[in-house]
Amino acid sequence: MNAKNNDSIVISVCTGTGGVATGGYKVIDAFKEELAKINSTAKVGPRTHKVGCRGFCAKDVLVDVDINGEVSTYQHVTADKAREIVSSHVIGKEPVNKWMVKEDYHNFHDKQQKLVLADCGKINPESIDEYLAIGGYESLKKALSMDPEEIIDTIKKAGLRGRGGGGFPTGIKWESCRNAKGNPKYVLCNADEGDPGAFMDRSIVEGHPNLMLEGMIIGAIAIGSSEGYVYIRAEYPLAVDRLRLALDQAREHNFLGENILGSDFSFDIKIVLGAGAFVCGESTALMTSIEDKPGEPRPKYVHTTDKGLWGKPSNLNNVETWANVPMIIEKGADWYASIGTEKSKGTKIFSLVGKINNTGLVEVPMGITLREIIYDIGGGIPKKKEFKAVQTGGPSGGCLPVSFLDKPVDYENLYEAGSMMGSGGMVVLDEDSCMVDVSRYFLDFCKDEGCGQCTPCREGVAQMVRILTEITEGKGSLAHIDMLEELAQMIQDASLCALGTSAPNPVLSTLMYFRDEYKAHVVDKKCPAGVCRNLTTFIIDEDLCTGCTLCARNCPAGAIYGEKKEPHFIEQDKCTKCRVCYDSCKFNAVKKG
Amino acid sequence: MDLKAVNEILSQFPEERGNLIGILHEVQNYFSYLPEAELRYISKKIDIPITQIYSVANFYNRFSLAPKGNNQICVCMGTACHVKGSEKIMNELQEKLQIQKGETTEDLLFSLDEVRCIGACGLAPAVVVNEDTHGLVKPKMVGKILSKYKP
Repeated sequence: MNAKNNDSIVISVCTGTGGVATGGYKVIDAFKEELAKINSTAKVGPRTHKVGCRGFCAKDVLVDVDINGEVSTYQHVTADKAREIVSSHVIGKEPVNKWMVKEDYHNFHDKQQKLVLADCGKINPESIDEYLAIGGYESLKKALSMDPEEIIDTIKKAGLRGRGGGGFPTGIKWESCRNAKGNPKYVLCNADEGDPGAFMDRSIVEGHPNLMLEGMIIGAIAIGSSEGYVYIRAEYPLAVDRLRLALDQAREHNFLGENILGSDFSFDIKIVLGAGAFVCGESTALMTSIEDKPGEPRPKYVHTTDKGLWGKPSNLNNVETWANVPMIIEKGADWYASIGTEKSKGTKIFSLVGKINNTGLVEVPMGITLREIIYDIGGGIPKKKEFKAVQTGGPSGGCLPVSFLDKPVDYENLYEAGSMMGSGGMVVLDEDSCMVDVSRYFLDFCKDEGCGQCTPCREGVAQMVRILTEITEGKGSLAHIDMLEELAQMIQDASLCALGTSAPNPVLSTLMYFRDEYKAHVVDKKCPAGVCRNLTTFIIDEDLCTGCTLCARNCPAGAIYGEKKEPHFIEQDKCTKCRVCYDSCKFNAVKKG
Repeated sequence: MDLKAVNEILSQFPEERGNLIGILHEVQNYFSYLPEAELRYISKKIDIPITQIYSVANFYNRFSLAPKGNNQICVCMGTACHVKGSEKIMNELQEKLQIQKGETTEDLLFSLDEVRCIGACGLAPAVVVNEDTHGLVKPKMVGKILSKYKP
């Protein structure tokens, strides 16, 4: 190892939540230790740096090894593998092919169009200098030389719409807030990403916090605000730490504070931590929460752009929306408007999760089809199972069946289909997922997370959960389905905030597209997916069973009997319907019925 | 009452509105819950009625008015974790610890809660113990995870 080495060596290790959970810090330590042993004569010695999430968490820890500009990516790296990579690849010049990313990694990335996430996973999120080195905060400088109206006009022309749920045109919101009477005006960032199954905002804050901050500062110039808040979930500790660090560094560079970059514009940002309340993602609840109160939504007959936080004009956008702003200022409205569909411009980040091979974050142009996202990028459904539905928009969204696979994804199409864009969660469900169970899950979520102020949501949603639970327990009848529809209509019409009005969406969309499955539960008393325990029996097909004994060994209830190499059978009285046999059988011999 | 600790926490916050949740987070981190005497003291110091503090403490899931275990286990119940079997993980934990979700073991070693999506969907099902995220958890792994936190 004492041979002279004048290579430029940069090792980038993913340290998003996924990377850290799978041992990212141990991998960094191992690389640092090994690289320190290299006797380098290069101008800049070998270095290891942390980068944010690049979206494909299922392959973590992901590591880029860059030797003189030639980059190789390794997956599932451990500390031991890191040592081996240094000795074989960095020193011996022999890349360890067996640990490199495979075709699926390239397929996952090749069809994406990364604009917001372009530098996530490339630069160190804890160093503002790395962002400055690739042109960071240049858009802020440009915005400081523009008229506020000109900035608003650019955002309007670009066609940017809110990425947090409703898809309201961002430029129009900014304009309303700018024109509203009252001072001070507040610029707020919603980083209370509560939709289960969505984590793009977490990844942006963890992987590139400065991008979002730059967007917020530009927004503040346009709106005429001097105070900003980021409301962020306490469940994201890593994101909170990186955001704090980014704020400190931005202040040191005078991107925040008094007289920013010598101008007469002053602006600063505070962090407010959420405390585990989903409803605080709703705009008025978020503001109430900052005001030291329980996060209860307020009626919206007066817009928050007129009377929001502390009763003053307030402009709230979410992390992804703010992160889109710098590039629009840099490259112009026409460039941005050329991406996407007629009414939905730019890209959208989706978190592709559930029964899908390539779980992760994908950034795609608006208008791409679900099929391209799920099959080309996501690699399809694991274990050759059938696609059943994709749930979009979180608890407020809906489930779309196979007939929507070829529809372009944009705000309008999803809404018409009975779902919504939401924050971009995309949960793929296969033949083994029960739609009644999934609806019950989301309704139960809304029941727990509702604030309790208004009766339709508090009592109505709870009642829907009771009805759905009865159906999944085999106690349902056709009248249950009618009651669900009636209640859903009432809750949609009469609830105070969007949490209530959208809570019935998962039930309504599954009733629209999967009514037969509900009927199977209440009429035939069967759960076709084999999820609802009271409505399922598992049996072993004697012709397919090879007698490998795997199911018998795994059965926690000891309900499976049989001699080695002879067909096995399940004693139904003992069976707890836990599905372990079904999931573990390698010969498809366990059948549900 | 641990006045010194509370005063130290309060000194980190400037005297302005909008800090209550931040203060309660720090108190909860220090004491593992929100003790009544300390809340009454804070109420006087920051001039927010105790009733308002109590309603905030009750509203948010992160706050607890009863002591929590030294090790806090949170099972993610997000959609991705749900469809990948987080309920089985929760059942296994309840079985092993002999407590229900929301409860704390008698020796105050563990408390068990569910959390609504921690955004680690690529690692579903996920369990967070204190600051550590454990991903791709199977019911079989639960015993091994717990043993890491036993003295």
